[in-house]
Amino acid sequence: MTQLNSDKQAECVQTSNSELPKTLPVTPSAIPTRRRPSREPRHAMANQPAEERISNFQEVALGYTLEQARAEAERCLQCKNAPCEAGCPVEVRIHDFISAIIDNDLPEAVAILKERNALPAVCGRVCPQESQCEATCVLARRGEPVAIGRLERFLADWDRQRPEEERNKTRLAPCKHKRIAVIGSGPAGLAAAGELSLRGYYVEVFEALHSPGGVLAYGIPEFRLPNYILEDEVEALRQARVTFHMNAPIGTVASCEELLDEGFNAVFIGVGAGLPKFMDIPGENLNGVYSANEFLTRVNLMHAYEFPRWDTPVQRGRQVVVIGGGNVAMDAARTALRLGAEEVTLAYRRTQAEMPARIEEVEHAIEEGVKLVELASPLEVVGQDGWVTGLRLQKMELGRADASGRRRPIPVEGEEYVHPADTVVSAIGTLANPHLREVADVDINQWGYLSVGEDGQTSNPRIFAGGDIVTGSATVIEAMGAGKSAAIAIDELLSAPDVQTQRRMT
Amino acid sequence: MNEIIEKRMLSEGVIQLTVYEPRIAAKCQAGQFFMLRVTDRGERVPFTFSDWSREEGWIRFIFMVVGKTTSLLSELAAGDYIKDLAGPLGRPSLRSHDTRRPSWGNDFEGLQQGGSVVVVGGGVGTAVAFPVARALCEEGYQVHVITGARTAELLILEEELRALPLASLSIMTDDGSAGSKGLVTAPLKELCSSRSVSHAIIVGPAIMMKFAAGTALDAGVPATVSLNPLMIDGTGMCGACRVSIDGATKFACVDGPDFSAASVDWAELMSRQRSYIDDERESHAAHQRHVQEREHENCDCFDESSLWARGFKKGGWAT
Ligand SMILES: Cc1cc2nc3c(=O)[nH]c(=O)nc-3n(C[C@H](O)[C@H](O)[C@H](O)COP(=O)(O)OP(=O)(O)OC[C@H]3O[C@@H](n4cnc5c(N)ncnc54)[C@H](O)[C@@H]3O)c2cc1C
Ligand code: FES
Repeated sequence: MTQLNSDKQAECVQTSNSELPKTLPVTPSAIPTRRRPSREPRHAMANQPAEERISNFQEVALGYTLEQARAEAERCLQCKNAPCEAGCPVEVRIHDFISAIIDNDLPEAVAILKERNALPAVCGRVCPQESQCEATCVLARRGEPVAIGRLERFLADWDRQRPEEERNKTRLAPCKHKRIAVIGSGPAGLAAAGELSLRGYYVEVFEALHSPGGVLAYGIPEFRLPNYILEDEVEALRQARVTFHMNAPIGTVASCEELLDEGFNAVFIGVGAGLPKFMDIPGENLNGVYSANEFLTRVNLMHAYEFPRWDTPVQRGRQVVVIGGGNVAMDAARTALRLGAEEVTLAYRRTQAEMPARIEEVEHAIEEGVKLVELASPLEVVGQDGWVTGLRLQKMELGRADASGRRRPIPVEGEEYVHPADTVVSAIGTLANPHLREVADVDINQWGYLSVGEDGQTSNPRIFAGGDIVTGSATVIEAMGAGKSAAIAIDELLSAPDVQTQRRMT
Repeated sequence: MNEIIEKRMLSEGVIQLTVYEPRIAAKCQAGQFFMLRVTDRGERVPFTFSDWSREEGWIRFIFMVVGKTTSLLSELAAGDYIKDLAGPLGRPSLRSHDTRRPSWGNDFEGLQQGGSVVVVGGGVGTAVAFPVARALCEEGYQVHVITGARTAELLILEEELRALPLASLSIMTDDGSAGSKGLVTAPLKELCSSRSVSHAIIVGPAIMMKFAAGTALDAGVPATVSLNPLMIDGTGMCGACRVSIDGATKFACVDGPDFSAASVDWAELMSRQRSYIDDERESHAAHQRHVQEREHENCDCFDESSLWARGFKKGGWAT
């Protein structure tokens, strides 16, 4: 088990819910002068105390207060060239929104933020800021970067609690009398739908499941991204003329080509890469072995933690082992704790330093009592009478760096042991769904993902794609970025006056 | 939300619902299924299409009341609505109906175009067998059908089957109350060992499929089965439906539900089907208590969690 280093611990200051102001002041009061940027460490964000939160599904991080946000904003050096913005996949004008916070003009700050990022309340909570905008912050070189993600979240939340009529609203372009179909309602699809409706298109979203959001709905747990945030975003899209068709598995119920024939002018595919990979080891189909997707879907989408009030059950394991080191593994481990597990262990092939998960999630997981077994790779799920009793693990060591720059784990000959478990959750990644071929008759690359040009165009000029189905599992913000740039490309294509392009489309 | 346009009690505890859903009715094929949710808090449960009308826009399915979801469904009447209905899902039984994906596994091994095939339906599995048999007839195959049930009352779709141009129809009951007394394996063995058929398609409870497939395979006739593991999304996203096929993990909802019988790990399938048996019982028992409590619908003892019960009245859905 790995210890937190002390400065990280200091950052995880815990405040209970009651100490926070219930509502934030709506009218900003003027601050007289702009202070010089300080060298103080970044301001901590209040969390629900670990011992409390492991028995509920409420949000862990509580967000900045207005004072904290202002103080954090004032740490910003306001660099002219704003290197942070280069670290953001959708190039949010970070410099300017922070400047607006410093100037105490929150409505302006929100407007700047929303201009580039349609889902800031989501991104402020789930983006891996430490490897994006905050990684390129100049302060990061000398100490701690400005907490850009927390400021983003603060602004989005501040906007949400404003009275409806004051909230930031994007103005829609006049209707262009063209219809676009968006397949999948994950971040890629939502971003594409938002951008297209903004540009005056009539957008219809087709989603296979009964509720919109993709991974945001079925994967990322309530305690990290409360449902109401997603619901609000979807509602905002509905108000912006976007129609949602739930329970519509494109491919079998209609293919993209059929949608084009039906009169849609273009299609955007954002179906994600949802098919869970399994470990391909003996015993992986024993009862009590879950893919992280199944485990999280049962709990998040189907509310198994409220069984039997909700109808879908989930096994409430006592000794749970989660395999993997990404966000998905953290979510599964922390969910298992909240379902009442006595012991939750994360088994990861490399060490904590190589974990791809957001740092904040790893820290939160450890604070909550999740145990870490580093350098361990699963060999076999052992069981009895059809049920899991343990996981045989192979001890690993780190060898030379591989193509991705991470050191490759190699087995230590002869060092294996069985870790007792009644539940095993495998969070080792996902693949493209084989039904993709039915969705659209377009080129697929050797890994089974859609191959697209720079603007997201597939081999059918009217069909665009973006998000995990193009890149393989990535991040929310990258999926949104891809959805947005494809939307812009669709707009260009459909507005092109030149006959060549028009002909190319048919 | 989809309206139930007809409800028929086929026998005690066996119900047929016809639901208006033109989008799905236009597309579904024999062997495919759909997922439904009865209430806002309901489970997602798969059912295979037993029939459909592309012209009139309805689909039909048959189920036996075994747990909470099927109890809830059984309480609905014509004119009521089903909350969510998603489909068609899974691959069609007939390869010729599945044009876009390179096929594997369910290619009706050994069966030539227009050849002779037997379709076996056990219990409610006959609801799945019927459209497959019909599709095979339409495609010009010589189709033998064997249907079996515990007793005469539980036999379903007899009339519909009789209306098909079948090569033969055998009806079996455990107690001999209709057709011949015995199991479906008896006529199956005859057909297979006399080499009158070159492929067997078997649908029913796992244990019945296992034994019937064994009978066909022993006689040297390749067999296809339609697997029914637990499912959640039905779209390939969770892996709850995974089955071992020749030792490799496959997802029944996107790779199946039809698989070559010789490749199936039956013990694993049956063990996985039972993994939530206690929870299912708990859920069903709680529901039955609840049904009794519903007598109190108009007094204050009716708590918030029971509000959904009122939703069943037509138009009264809280959305
Ligand atoms: C548990 C978990 C935690 C994560 N945590 C983070 C995090 O903290 N930060 C981060 O940046 N990223 C995180 N990710 C990754 C991130 O969620 C994904 O990269 C992102 O959601 C991809 O978006 P998408 O729109 O491409 O696809 P998805 O979100 O997968 O959405 C695809 C949608 O399309 C639907 N669909 C699929 N096929 C069809 C079809 N044929 N017809 C109609 N609809 C269809 C699906 O049902 C789904 O709703 C996490 C992922 C998981 C699983
Ligand atoms: S039911 Fe979820 S993958 Fe098949």
